[in-house]
Amino acid sequence: MNWEAIYPLIGFLIIIFLVGAWAGKRVKSSDNFLQEYFLGERSLGGFVLAMTMTATYGSASSFIGGPGIAYNEGLGWVLLAMSQVVTGYFVLMILGKKFAIVTLKYKAVTMVDFLKERYQSKWVVLFSAISIIVFLFSAMAAQWIGGARLIESLTGMNYTSALFIFAASVLFYVTIGGFRAVALTDAIQGSIMFLGTLILLIATIIAGGGLSNIMADLNAENPNLITPYGAEGNLTPTYVSSFWILVGVGVVALPQIAVRAMSYKNSQSMHRAIIIGTIVVGFIMLNMHLIGVLARPILPGIEVGDKVMPLIALEVLPTWLAGIVLTAPMAAIMSTVDSLLILVSSSIVKDVYLNYMQPEASHQRIKRISISVTAVLGIIVFLMALNPPELIIWLNLFAFGGLEAAFIWPIVMGLYWRKGNKYGALASMIVGVGLYVFFDVFYPEPLGMHSVVLPTVLAFFAYVGASLMTQKRVMSN
Amino acid sequence: MHKDDYRNKIANREALIGVGLVIFNFIWWYAFAYGLGNKDPSEYTYVFGLPAWFFYSCVLGFVVMAVLVTIIVTKYFVNVPFDDEGEGK
Repeated sequence: MNWEAIYPLIGFLIIIFLVGAWAGKRVKSSDNFLQEYFLGERSLGGFVLAMTMTATYGSASSFIGGPGIAYNEGLGWVLLAMSQVVTGYFVLMILGKKFAIVTLKYKAVTMVDFLKERYQSKWVVLFSAISIIVFLFSAMAAQWIGGARLIESLTGMNYTSALFIFAASVLFYVTIGGFRAVALTDAIQGSIMFLGTLILLIATIIAGGGLSNIMADLNAENPNLITPYGAEGNLTPTYVSSFWILVGVGVVALPQIAVRAMSYKNSQSMHRAIIIGTIVVGFIMLNMHLIGVLARPILPGIEVGDKVMPLIALEVLPTWLAGIVLTAPMAAIMSTVDSLLILVSSSIVKDVYLNYMQPEASHQRIKRISISVTAVLGIIVFLMALNPPELIIWLNLFAFGGLEAAFIWPIVMGLYWRKGNKYGALASMIVGVGLYVFFDVFYPEPLGMHSVVLPTVLAFFAYVGASLMTQKRVMSN
Repeated sequence: MHKDDYRNKIANREALIGVGLVIFNFIWWYAFAYGLGNKDPSEYTYVFGLPAWFFYSCVLGFVVMAVLVTIIVTKYFVNVPFDDEGEGK
């Protein structure tokens, strides 16, 4: 066991526990359990809001997977990753004040509550809740596996114990503390991600003998590594640009992100969050992926991309500092998982149970059910991650794109276009998700773009078309 | 009702600003990356040790966006109350 690297990890977990326990007290004393547990009573300030958005969005792929691909593809992959800077300002600007005002008026707790009030349709609600539960459940399982693998590689524990530690920590603070615990721990985790990135960047540049030196080494190995076109020259501008939809503007429609756009205190918090969020997200995305490229001449020949980030940290930093820096990806994974957990739980409790099964449930009962659903969900994910079923892995591939294709127009058009109605929303969701899965399976990358682009465009026409065609029908009701 | 109208106007305007920023961001990113990067790597020029296309598109592009967002939000974004008057608990 590598104790010097383990101490920082233990310290990190203790801090997270304390925050969770503190938030748990707030949950106990709150007189509006649902608003507190699933939305933190709309009290987030600018810094926490920015950090929780960034940290929820920045996941295993930003810290482990992404740098690994950048290691193999070169600067072209950093260019692609930079499409994510957009998320820092676009989400809050587009959903913006309108979303906050409307969701407050509707007394919405989840994104689906908004859709329910806006479209007044059982089918829209059920379809949304089911997509959220299915897609995000799979995404969550995939992230847990990543978290456990990371602990495994850092500490030398076996996979099962690593997974157990990871699961127990997340479950503890999410179950008792709810959304507030998630947001506050996200703020800590986001700060760790930011600092970890900064330290590792500086150390890597120094270890490589300066940027010019590293670029010269890369150029000598394969000149393609320093072009925008990828190591094999097959990253076309069209393909790279299409990621602006998947990981850029489309992020607006991810429920775990959108719900945050209704959780802040006032418009000052929102303004501050836009500024902080843009800086933090851009800094992390640019530099983590750049580190992946810079690592190549320092540690050539790493075969498994996911190991690049842990290995380079251990190579260029003293062990104790590497331990601290490596809590960053841990933080990234945890901060994504906790948000997904609370969101899936809210979807089951609020969107399905309270809406259609037991609308009259008492305060005590809601409380008990919310906490048990969260805990049971966590345990199911744990069991699945022990031996991940193929279906989960397959579904995870579609998770983000699928949710984006489903929700982007029902949310955005629902906010800004009065004529949009439930038929439009349903048509748009079915066309978006259906075509996305269809294209990805049978005809991947149509027109050289990521498979999510075309279904998203077509879903727009489905929304507008179906809304206009049913205009009379809705009027006469 | 009148109150809603004035807030909607602000919200709509700010959403459009968001769209405008994304378009600007995309053009900046694309033009520098593929404008300067589309030649043989041996002809590349370098800024602070990084290939010029990468420096201008990704590094400077990020800084420009961060500055632009800060200026626009502080100068042009308006504070509004979210709850209707008298409706708070």
